[in-house]
Amino acid sequence: MSDNINARLCHMTLHELHDMLAQGQVSSREITSDVLARIDEVEASVGAYVTVDREGALSGADAADAAIARARRVGDAAEIGAVVGIPVVLKDNVCTRGMRTTCCSKMLEDFVPTYDAAVTARLRAAGAVIVGKANMDEFAMGSTTQTSIFHVTRNPWDPERVPGGSSGGCAAAVAAGEAVAAVGSDTGGSVRQPASFCGVVGLKPTYGRVSRYGVAAFASSLDTVGPVTQDVRDCAIMLNVMAGHDERDSTSAPNAVPDYTEYVERGVEGLKIGIPKEFFGPGMDEGVRTAVERAVHALEGAGAKIVDVSIPLVEHALGVYYLVATAEASSNMARLDGIRYGHRPEGRSGMDVADLMSASRGQGFGMEVKRRIMLGTFVLSAGNIDAFYGRALRSRRLLKEDVERALAQCDCLASPTAPTVAFRFDEEPDDPLAMYLQDIYTTLANLAGVPAISVPCGFADGLPVGLQIMGRMFDEGTLMQVARAVELTSGFDRARPEVGGCVK
Amino acid sequence: MRKVTERDDYEVVVGIEVHAELATESKVFCGCKTDFGARPNSQTCPVCLGMPGALPVLNRRALEYTIRAGLALNCSIAVRTKFDRKNYFYPDLAKGYQVSQYDIPVAHDGYIDIEVDGQPKRIRVRRVHLEEETAKLVHAGDDIISANQSLLDFNRSGIGLIEIVSDADMRSADEARAYLTKLRSILVAIGVSDCKMEEGSMRCEANVSVRLRGSKEYGTLVELKNIASFRAVHRAIQYESARQIDLVRSGGRVTRETRHWDDARGETAFMRSKEQAADYRYFPEPDLMPLEISREWVDEIKSGLPELPDARAARYAREFGLPASDAALIAESRELASFFDGVCDALAKAGAEAVDRTDGPREAAKWLVGDVSAALNASGIELSQSKLAPELLAELIGLVASGKISGKIAKSVFEEVFASGKRPGDVVRERGLVQISDAGQLAAIVQRVIEANPGPVSDYFAGKEKAITFLVGQIMKETRGRANPQETNRILREELAKRA
Repeated sequence: MSDNINARLCHMTLHELHDMLAQGQVSSREITSDVLARIDEVEASVGAYVTVDREGALSGADAADAAIARARRVGDAAEIGAVVGIPVVLKDNVCTRGMRTTCCSKMLEDFVPTYDAAVTARLRAAGAVIVGKANMDEFAMGSTTQTSIFHVTRNPWDPERVPGGSSGGCAAAVAAGEAVAAVGSDTGGSVRQPASFCGVVGLKPTYGRVSRYGVAAFASSLDTVGPVTQDVRDCAIMLNVMAGHDERDSTSAPNAVPDYTEYVERGVEGLKIGIPKEFFGPGMDEGVRTAVERAVHALEGAGAKIVDVSIPLVEHALGVYYLVATAEASSNMARLDGIRYGHRPEGRSGMDVADLMSASRGQGFGMEVKRRIMLGTFVLSAGNIDAFYGRALRSRRLLKEDVERALAQCDCLASPTAPTVAFRFDEEPDDPLAMYLQDIYTTLANLAGVPAISVPCGFADGLPVGLQIMGRMFDEGTLMQVARAVELTSGFDRARPEVGGCVK
Repeated sequence: MRKVTERDDYEVVVGIEVHAELATESKVFCGCKTDFGARPNSQTCPVCLGMPGALPVLNRRALEYTIRAGLALNCSIAVRTKFDRKNYFYPDLAKGYQVSQYDIPVAHDGYIDIEVDGQPKRIRVRRVHLEEETAKLVHAGDDIISANQSLLDFNRSGIGLIEIVSDADMRSADEARAYLTKLRSILVAIGVSDCKMEEGSMRCEANVSVRLRGSKEYGTLVELKNIASFRAVHRAIQYESARQIDLVRSGGRVTRETRHWDDARGETAFMRSKEQAADYRYFPEPDLMPLEISREWVDEIKSGLPELPDARAARYAREFGLPASDAALIAESRELASFFDGVCDALAKAGAEAVDRTDGPREAAKWLVGDVSAALNASGIELSQSKLAPELLAELIGLVASGKISGKIAKSVFEEVFASGKRPGDVVRERGLVQISDAGQLAAIVQRVIEANPGPVSDYFAGKEKAITFLVGQIMKETRGRANPQETNRILREELAKRA
C-alpha cells in the first residue's frame, strides 16, 4: 500500500508508515501534522478526542525524527523501533504524566496525573507520539461512549450512529484517520465492541499480558489494556510494545513475549476453529449472522477446519459478569472521594467530612457509574454476598472450565463480536439491562481471562461487522493468524468510512 | 477505683486486639520509606496516595515479619493465604478500602504464656494477619469538635501493620496487662515492631464482658477503643468491668456496643452500637494474587528467630542463678537484656579476679532492676539515651567486689556515673572514696570513737547490743562512709573486748 501516493498519511497503517519513516520517505512531523490536520477536519463531526496535545505531539515527532535520522546516519535503519514517530491516542483512563486524565467523568475533570501508566511509559520509551486522549464512557462503564461527560462520539461510518464503547473514542479516531493506532481498555468488551462498530481491529489480550498499572481500574479481575488498530499487523506491532511483565502490577504475567508479527502471515491451514453453537442463538441481527457465517466459510476455504463446540454455561456469562464487575467497581470507585484529588462540591463550607464526600461523589459521578456502584455495594453487602458475589465467583470458575474444555477441542473460537451493527443514537434502549446485552459475546473472554480479538469481517446494511476470535491463555499469536486470514478473505480490505468530506 | 472484680461473684472476661506497625524499611504495598517523624506527605507515591490506576505490590519482608511474629507467638502458618479488601469511607483511607486479611490470616492458633501473682497462665492467640496502615489525621484545633480543619499526613498510609487477636482468655485487668507486656516484649525481641504506644506504632482494643463465676456462657461484650497505654488498658478494663457488673446486678443488661476510653476522666463512654457498625463488604483483593507460603521459607524464618524473652529468662536463671522475677523483668525488655548481656561480657572480659562468675551477673541484675530502673524512671529517659554504659556498671560492680568501695558508697558513685558518664574508678579517686580496709588505720579510728563515746560503750557492756550500731555509725561519720563495714565491725568488737 505504501506505493499508493494518493492515500493520505493519516490513513496509512502503522506498518506502512514505519517502513516509510525507516526509508526516509516521510518524517514523523509530516505524519503527525497530517493527523492533526485530520483532527481539525473531522473532529467536529466525530468527537473522538477529549484532549489533543498538539505541542507535545509535534515535539514528540521531532524527537522521533532526530532519532530516526541518527539511526539512518549510522546505517542502523533496521533498528528503528516499530512505533517510533507513530501518532497514537490513549483512552482517557490511561494515566499520562502532566496530561489531563479524566475517565470522562466530572469527578476527574481537572485531574492531571503525576505519573505515566505502564503502557504510556512503554509507548513513550518506544518512541510513539502521543497525540492526546480519547473519549470513553465514564469510567469505562457503557457500550456507546455516551456516558462521557464531555460530548458524544459519532461513528465515522454514520454520524447518526454510536461508535460503541466504552473505548468508542479510540475506535472512532482510528477509523477516521485521527490517530494511526490507539490504546483502549477492555473489561467486558470495551475494545472489541467499538472496534466491531467502527470497522477496525481491537484486541483484548490475555489477563496479565499487558500491565494494568496506571490505568484507572473499573473491575480489577476483568480489566485488560489492548490496542485498537487499522489492521492485524498493526495490532501485533502494538501488542509487541505493550505486552510484558511489570513488577508494579502483581497480576501481570512473567511469560515471555513472542514477536506477534511473526504469526500474522502464517495462514490458517490446518488450524481448528471452534464454533460455539450457543453464540449463534436468537438475539443476533440477521445481517451480522450472515457476515459472520460467510467469514467462517471463507476461513474454511483458506484451509481451516471448522468444528462445532459447546459452551453450555455461556448464557450465565452476562449475569456473572455484571455481579463481579459491579462488585469490584463499587470498591475501585471508593478512592474517588474528593479528598486528595477529584471533584469538590460548591458551597462546601460547614459541611462535615461525610457530607463532603457524599456531595463530591453525588455531583462527580454520572447515572451509570452510580447505578453500578449501588449494584456492586448491594452484591457485596452482608446477607447478600454469598448469594450474589460468592455464587458469581463459583460460576465464573465453571465458565472458565467450560471455555477451557471448548478450547481443548480446537485452536480458537469464532463468533460475532456484538449481536448488532452500530445502532442509531435514537435506538439506544432506555432499559440498562437491554443495553448490557451488547456485551453478551464479549464478557466470556474477560471472565475466563483468555485473549480475544475483533476483526472486521464484512458489512451489514453498509456498516462494519466484527468477527471475534477467542483463544487460549497467552495464545495471542493464533488470534493474529486467524484474524489476518479473515482480513484477507472477508473482502473488507481496509475499507474506510466517508467522513468529513474525505473519501478514501 | 472500686475493686469489684476481685472480690465479687462475677468474673471479667477479656480478649485483646493489638495492632503493631511493622519495622520494615519500606511500606507494605509500595516502596515508600517508613521513617517516623519525616516531613508530612514526603514519603508518598501514587500507590499509598490511592491515585487512579495505582496498584499494590506486596513487600515480601512485611510478609516475612508477619510469619516471624506468628512463629514467635507459637502459631501455625497458613500454607495458602490471600488479601481481602475491607471497604469503608474515611478521609485517612486513601483507597476507600483497606487491604487486609479476612478469613485466611497468615498465622493462627498460637499462644502466649503469662504470669500474674506467681500464677502461670496460657493465653491463646487466635490469629495474626497482615494489613496496611491508614494516613494520619491531624485536627487543626484543640480537639476534633472545635477543629475547623483537618490535615492529612500520608506518610503513615500503607505502612505494614499486623493485627494480633487473642481469645477471650483473660480474667482480669492484671492478666490483660501481663499479656500486652509479654506480647510487646516478644515483638520487640524479634525485631518486627518497635511497639511504641506513644508514637502509635502499637495500639490495642479490649473486648470486655462479665459473667457469674462458674458460668459457661459469655456475657455480652463491649469493645473498648482509644486505649493509649498499658496503664490505660488496666484502668479501662477495671472501670468497664465494674460498670457492667453494677449494671447487671441492678437488673440491667449490657448492650453490644463500642465504647471510648476517656483517660482524663477515667471513664468509658458510648461510641456506637452494633447496629451502627459498618458493613465492610470484605471480598478478595483482586489486585494481589493468592499466596503460597512454602514450608522451607517458614523453617528458615523459624531458625532465624532470636532467643525469645521466656527462653532468655530461663537461661538467666539457669546460668547465673538470677531470681526468676529479676530474670523475667530483664528478659522482657530487649534494651535491659542487651545491656545486661553487655555487663556480663565486660565482667568476663575484665577477668574479674574478684568477681565470681555468677555473683557478677547477679549483682548486675540487682543494679538493673533497682538503682538503674529507678534512675531511668526519675529522669524519664530510656536506657539507650542514658550515659550509663555496660562497661561502666561492670567496673562499678568490680570496685565493690574487690573491696575498693563499699556497697553504700557505690550507690553514690552510681548516681554520679549515671549523670555524667564518668568512669566509676575516676569518680572514686576524685572524691577520695576508696574504702579504708587497713586494720591499723581502722583501729586508730575505732579507738578514737570508743574514747569519745563512754556512754554508749557502757551501754554496750550493760548488754545493749544496739549500741554497736551507734558506734559503727560514728566511725562511718568520721570516715565519710569509707570504712570497710566488715573490718570495722570486727575491729570494734575486738577493741571493746579488750576493754571488757
